[in-house]
Amino acid sequence: MLINVPETVVADALRGLAAAHPELTVDVENRVIVRRDAPVAGQVGLVSGGGSGHEPLHGGFVGPGMLSAACPGEVFTSPVPDQMLRAAAAVDSGAGVLFIVKNYTGDVLNFDMAAEMAEDEGIQVAKVLVNDDVAVTDSLYTAGRRGTGATLFVEKIAGAAAAEGMPLERVQAIARQVNESSRSFGIALSACSTPAKGSPTFDLPPGELELGIGIHGEPGRERRAMMTSGEIAEAAVEAVVEDLQPRNPVLVLVNGMGATPLLELYGFNAEVHRVLAQRGVPVARVLVGNYVTSLDMAGASLTLCQVDEELLRLYDAPVKTPGLRWGV
Amino acid sequence: MLDADFFRRWMTATAASVDREAERLTALDSPIGDADHGSNLQRGFTAVVAALEKEAPATPGAVLTLAGRQLISTVGGASGPLYGTLLRRTGKALGDADEVSAEQLAEAFRAGVDAVMTLGGAAPGDKTMIDALVPAVDALGDSFTAARTAAEEGAVATTPLQARKGRASYVGERSIGHQDPGATSSALLIAGLAEAAGE
Repeated sequence: MLINVPETVVADALRGLAAAHPELTVDVENRVIVRRDAPVAGQVGLVSGGGSGHEPLHGGFVGPGMLSAACPGEVFTSPVPDQMLRAAAAVDSGAGVLFIVKNYTGDVLNFDMAAEMAEDEGIQVAKVLVNDDVAVTDSLYTAGRRGTGATLFVEKIAGAAAAEGMPLERVQAIARQVNESSRSFGIALSACSTPAKGSPTFDLPPGELELGIGIHGEPGRERRAMMTSGEIAEAAVEAVVEDLQPRNPVLVLVNGMGATPLLELYGFNAEVHRVLAQRGVPVARVLVGNYVTSLDMAGASLTLCQVDEELLRLYDAPVKTPGLRWGV
Repeated sequence: MLDADFFRRWMTATAASVDREAERLTALDSPIGDADHGSNLQRGFTAVVAALEKEAPATPGAVLTLAGRQLISTVGGASGPLYGTLLRRTGKALGDADEVSAEQLAEAFRAGVDAVMTLGGAAPGDKTMIDALVPAVDALGDSFTAARTAAEEGAVATTPLQARKGRASYVGERSIGHQDPGATSSALLIAGLAEAAGE
């Protein structure tokens, strides 16, 4: 691994982010990344966060048109309430703050505590939970569907809504609509290695793959012998489309998990498009790349988000962040 | 009677055993979690010991409240709020008495465990820290040693269970056959109690 020691991996990355992006205020000690011009008068502040290891999510999505601030935790570990409170205070212009929370027990508990603390300090806080992962089928006997690729769409589209000056309740409603309109499914070709452990977090022999993985190096629901890109696309599209039943055009995110080359991701995207066309699902926009990663895991996830005219307009609106940038 | 020094020893003993067992906790967390339980708790209890030395709280309740707050501020994940709430609620239930009886501690600890169940939504049998804590609370009326044994047995008994809460729930049936890392660290916390009592 290209690291110094496991204990400083997150702090080292934050120092590097600060050096690369002077338009962000990076508080390395307190682990908060804030757009430099925050708080922006009249605009709702958007705060997200989660364990590190998913870069560019979330710190790479801080900037005009997307997040106001992000709180990186330790690798695959939710950040603590103190970070979220600090972020909320830094971005609140008086218009309130929206917490964008991926549905993991730790993230939910820490953001809940932070929301209580923020309200004690007079900051109005609303929350949206992202839970788009269709691989978690039995939500009665689990912690519920995980938040994965749809987080990017929620942060982008809610960020555009906030930039237009929409009030907190409206930004929250749009964020919820994006989440409810999105589904994801992930596939791993290899496990990932956390800096603390230094070796793969689960045993996945070459020649096999995991279907229905999360983004924390946790194993999936099912293991199969290696499949072709086309076969994997068929499995992923089927899982997502059967659950989403889209009636509108979709945004497509073909997301790399960290160690899969773009060459393969574009090939996978071609297969995804073939299967979507066969199923008669119209495609509005496409994003291919490493956006919601899982350290050095090989594999990909597919996220579809069905959009109406307003969501598509907000998706197309300008965004200027380290990880996502267009229209500026 | 148990004074602030007893509670400090409890936290110090737990910190030392979390240090010793960190690699094992992380190894247990690999097949059904995300391989960081040991390092996260290690960071938390190191901060607890440092804060207790610096602020020298004078009552049992203050020791546990401070320890809980430190865990919430340093651990993250689900473990931070859950362990933090366990100690904070127990500390609050102890009030501001200079000394408390073992019975008062047992009663306060039950309030702490109840708060963890409310916060995390887990019940006994879900393959979580609750599976070590509830048997420990039930045995705490007898002795600290009985509570330690009950917690350790409760942790081992999570092995055949299928996880229904937390990250291990995502692997479904494949969580069966692995001892729960949270229940294992909870047993360390209870063992620290017996150690502080010199048992």
